[in-house]
Amino acid sequence: MTLKRGSIAVVGVAESDLGQVAPDTTPLDLMAQGTFRALEDCGLKLADIDGVFCAATQVRMGPMALSEYLGIKPKVFDGTQIGGSSFMCHVAHAQAAIELGLCEVALIAYGSTQRSVSRAAASPREINPYESPYRPFMPPSAYAMAASRHMHQYGTTREQLAEVAVAARKWALLNPKAWEKEPLTIEQVLNARMVSYPFTVRDCCLVLDGGGAMILTSAARAKSLKKKPVYVLGTGEALSHASISSMPDLTVTAAAASGPKAFAMAGLKPVDVDMVSLYDAFTITPIFFLEDLRFCPKGEGGRFVSNGAIAPGGKLPVNTSGGGLSYCHPGMYGLLVMIEAVRQVRGECDKRQVKDCEVALAHGNGGVLSSQCTVIFGGPSTV
Amino acid sequence: MPDLKQRSPYGTYLEHCRRGELAYQVSAADGKPVFYPRVAAPGTGSTDLEWRVSKGLGTVYATTVVYYKNEPPLNVALIDVDEGFRMMSRVEGIDPMQVKIGMRVRVKMLPGDDKQPPYPIFTPLLPEEGIPHHPGSSSHPSSVRRGK
Repeated sequence: MTLKRGSIAVVGVAESDLGQVAPDTTPLDLMAQGTFRALEDCGLKLADIDGVFCAATQVRMGPMALSEYLGIKPKVFDGTQIGGSSFMCHVAHAQAAIELGLCEVALIAYGSTQRSVSRAAASPREINPYESPYRPFMPPSAYAMAASRHMHQYGTTREQLAEVAVAARKWALLNPKAWEKEPLTIEQVLNARMVSYPFTVRDCCLVLDGGGAMILTSAARAKSLKKKPVYVLGTGEALSHASISSMPDLTVTAAAASGPKAFAMAGLKPVDVDMVSLYDAFTITPIFFLEDLRFCPKGEGGRFVSNGAIAPGGKLPVNTSGGGLSYCHPGMYGLLVMIEAVRQVRGECDKRQVKDCEVALAHGNGGVLSSQCTVIFGGPSTV
Repeated sequence: MPDLKQRSPYGTYLEHCRRGELAYQVSAADGKPVFYPRVAAPGTGSTDLEWRVSKGLGTVYATTVVYYKNEPPLNVALIDVDEGFRMMSRVEGIDPMQVKIGMRVRVKMLPGDDKQPPYPIFTPLLPEEGIPHHPGSSSHPSSVRRGK
């Protein structure tokens, strides 16, 4: 049995307040704020929600805590926690639940106050006796080692990594909600404070507060709601490891498995995609995902992103919000990755709107390149 | 399968570390190395795991240098050990930025202290030590990892 292309649609999306929130704001405050804004976005009411999906590092039993906060008793709940890609996974699970009639309206929510309380407090690292003694700065050091491998095998350069940060910044300058407001050059990326070679602080995502929510329902019910439905055309989920020392090949992520699954379900190919939203925890990750999702051949990602190719006006619009690098990265960024893709398909992105965007791909990454989940969204013309 | 009321995989690994040995397991059924130590072989579930002591030679598979505030730069690396398993470690005795992928290294057990049990790090193997480069170690990681 497989999920059906276009059987459900995203009907409501919203960010919570982003960036720096007031002292003592809780992750649940942000989830709830996102939820009510997303309900407003689609015209549904709190009582309509009968499926709750959430994951957060600061709320260990998310579905329980969020349902209590909202005062609802969902029929279906799922707290799958696989890091930043959890929310793409929740979309697939919500689709299964809605198709089976287990629930009708699914809420996916996230919230984090990691800027306010510090990253160390928001996401305490688990002790791994085979890694912790070496004091890797996690997660950057894991991604840095993967980058070292890609540079060694394919000749990828630090300048090419910096291109990803510069492209993200150019998009961010078109997004009023983005945290970063100043232009960025390749030289500034290269000369910034070194964190874990080859990454400077400008190769690393932002550490901010934030969250949001997404509401999905059946394709039939979606048609009667406020906004143009954005259909879930394909989903793919894959895990490859948990600790970086157990990743089989540091240059190939499980996106090479999740992507083809999502494309097969959608009946589409990379060339059919108008806009791409890729989890950019570090500048190397969009390079990996462009390769593993087959937007370019393996090893060519660094060359692919060069000369502004993924920046505004380039050959492929990638991370039009400004991404985790320049827009907002509240710890587990996957939900915001999808929200931007949905808004592009809706045509709500103003200055950064991709022309005639009917198909958008959102790809989430979790752990240390460990979990990879892909969702392909489409507008009314695709179903 | 070990009796976990008596001894854990990590506990056995540590006993070897205290003797200055880098230990790993081999699945008797297919001869594949297993690291980190487990109660059963990943994938097959085979419980016939034998403990072995590595010769302690390996090749740098991936590397980074961590810049903690008010500390000297710190190397962190993944080492492909010659017996066919990969582990996290660091290469000492050399400028951390000079640790290169493909570099041959030899294990050295650090004694640890009250908080940290003994743990293995690596030092560069000098060319005059004349130990041949492990085949394919820098360009074909999967073959090294799966090879015996």
